[in-house]
Amino acid sequence: MNQTRRTFLQATMAASTIAIATSAGLLSPRTVLAAWPKSAFKATTLADAMKAVAGSSKAIDSKDISVEAPDIAENGAVVSVTVKSKVANTEQISVFVPVNANPLCANYVTTSAIDGFVTGRIKMRKTSDVVAVVKANGKLLTAKKPVKVTLGGCGG
Amino acid sequence: MAKKRKKMKIRAWADNGSATVKAIVFHPMETGRRKDKTTGKKIPAHFIEELICQHNGKTVLTCQWGPGVSKNPFLSFRLKNAKKGDTLNLSWVDNQGEKDMAEAAIK
Repeated sequence: MNQTRRTFLQATMAASTIAIATSAGLLSPRTVLAAWPKSAFKATTLADAMKAVAGSSKAIDSKDISVEAPDIAENGAVVSVTVKSKVANTEQISVFVPVNANPLCANYVTTSAIDGFVTGRIKMRKTSDVVAVVKANGKLLTAKKPVKVTLGGCGG
Repeated sequence: MAKKRKKMKIRAWADNGSATVKAIVFHPMETGRRKDKTTGKKIPAHFIEELICQHNGKTVLTCQWGPGVSKNPFLSFRLKNAKKGDTLNLSWVDNQGEKDMAEAAIK
């Protein structure tokens, strides 16, 4: 048996199966998932996480970005955070909690159809700033808000 | 079809050409750091990695979530150029390969 021919056939078969599945729409959620930035979510420092998700760890403080969160969160497991961006062409909104084991909590890839804000609920290990980084027009803009946590949300 | 437990709630209202969308997904969002109190073993990580929102079939928002998002994640945003009767489609995939999808009409 010609080994190279065998491998070639197998590879071709596998590739065509995937092509068919994709065209049938079966694989669409999984193919998009490939974009999930694993290294960014695994990063243990704020700078590393920012670099992995936004491309740089340097962001400019901006008044056009605002973070709305409670001053005191009684339960760190559920902290409601709203990030508002007044900048046109906002491409990406990331939410970080620097004291968490993995600082990146959520990353929202927005389009022009989204009107400048996203609300979500995140976990906070202890009292810290909530940092929002917005990517717009190739620039990184940031804002933060201190939140006092009286009961941590990531421990066991 | 087998009866499935409802895993998602979507509400959307249109006003002045835009729509406010609120959604909640029922998911444990385990970080992988918590310990089971009776066995002392770690509970494996189980969280939504990606949630995609589509408006009339067009992707408008992609949420990439990590374990730092709360249990039963809540999401809210405002959608431009939306009107009553438009369809919204939310689908998610978690780190264990589970997925779900829900559709709602804007009210």
